[in-house]
Amino acid sequence: MAVDRRNFIKITGLAALGGAAGKEAMDALAQSEAKFSPMDNALHGKRWAMAVDLKKCKKDNGCKDCIHACHSVHNVPDFGNPKDEIKWIWREPYEKAFPDQENEFVPDDLLHASAPLLCNHCDNPPCVRVCPTQATWKRQDGIVMMDWHRCIGCRYCIAACPYGSRSFNWRDPRGADAEGKPYIKEQNPAFPTRMKGVVEKCTFCDERLAKGLKPACVEGCKQAALVFGDLDDPESEVRKLLRENFSIRRKPGLGTQPEVYYIV
Amino acid sequence: MIYDKEKIVPGIVVFIVLFTFPVWYNLAFGSGEGAPKPELPAQEKQCVESKEYMRTQHMDLLNQWRDAVVRSDMRLYLSSENGAKFEMSLTNTCLKCHPNKTRFCDQCHDYMAVKPYCWDCHIAPTE
Repeated sequence: MAVDRRNFIKITGLAALGGAAGKEAMDALAQSEAKFSPMDNALHGKRWAMAVDLKKCKKDNGCKDCIHACHSVHNVPDFGNPKDEIKWIWREPYEKAFPDQENEFVPDDLLHASAPLLCNHCDNPPCVRVCPTQATWKRQDGIVMMDWHRCIGCRYCIAACPYGSRSFNWRDPRGADAEGKPYIKEQNPAFPTRMKGVVEKCTFCDERLAKGLKPACVEGCKQAALVFGDLDDPESEVRKLLRENFSIRRKPGLGTQPEVYYIV
Repeated sequence: MIYDKEKIVPGIVVFIVLFTFPVWYNLAFGSGEGAPKPELPAQEKQCVESKEYMRTQHMDLLNQWRDAVVRSDMRLYLSSENGAKFEMSLTNTCLKCHPNKTRFCDQCHDYMAVKPYCWDCHIAPTE
């Protein structure tokens, strides 16, 4: 078909219209994106991390304040059976927590101390690699996040995590044991429970950071042994602590780059 | 040419009448019993979006909210209805105005025989 003037004008006109419509569509999409925004007082970080000051923590080794603070706010069930234990933050003796510390002799008080353990929010998280549904993934701010809506309970991440930070709900956490004692002592309605067949772990209190609050365990510790902050900010409390004290991490040889530091 | 027309035609008529009986009986004498009557909030007059939108699209909206909060860490929703901002949360926003699950949510869900699994994890307020 020879293109005469009339057809040429038709074609260019239609193309211009199409382009305009396309732009409108793109603008409409961009606007729908703007429907969602973070809260004004949210805490923003580039590399969230935690420093645990064992010197302060071991003053009272039976203390479970951080555990209570976390587990009560997040509806963490207690199945009463160590095999089924759900752990967001828990305590282990020094030798179990740091099995690759090779020194034959360590200070007595450290040897008999127990360390509070939680998800390390690794820089190179093995759990994220193996998750087939992307129910766990690493956020921009370094938090290894979990989406319980998407977890299918395959437990690959539990096999991958070298820290025992992930727990599986073998039973319905909303149930009760044989004596009728509910697994979740007191439900916090502001936070969901999980369901049977879902993996759960510490999320560095993403829901609290979004509102400008520090993690529950940090607020719950009376000794102020847990310090949360942004490693990317040289002036942050965490960086300051790590500058002034010697710290160790759990199983650093695995290359997962854990972001929970223990000051000994 | 149909054989036995005088039997077949009334037969078909009787069948259609019987088959549609529940429909027109309900239209004529039904009390409207069993139709969903969700209990609306006493104080609040304005939902996050218009009533018509919420009625048909609330499930999509909740899915969008879920993905925005969990996966993108966005927490506030800008209402296209009145420009107000709401925290995107089933338990902390929706259930603040609609605290009674049985008298609000379940009304339509039971009627339509849908079973949303939100409540497997999200805690409904005690009634």
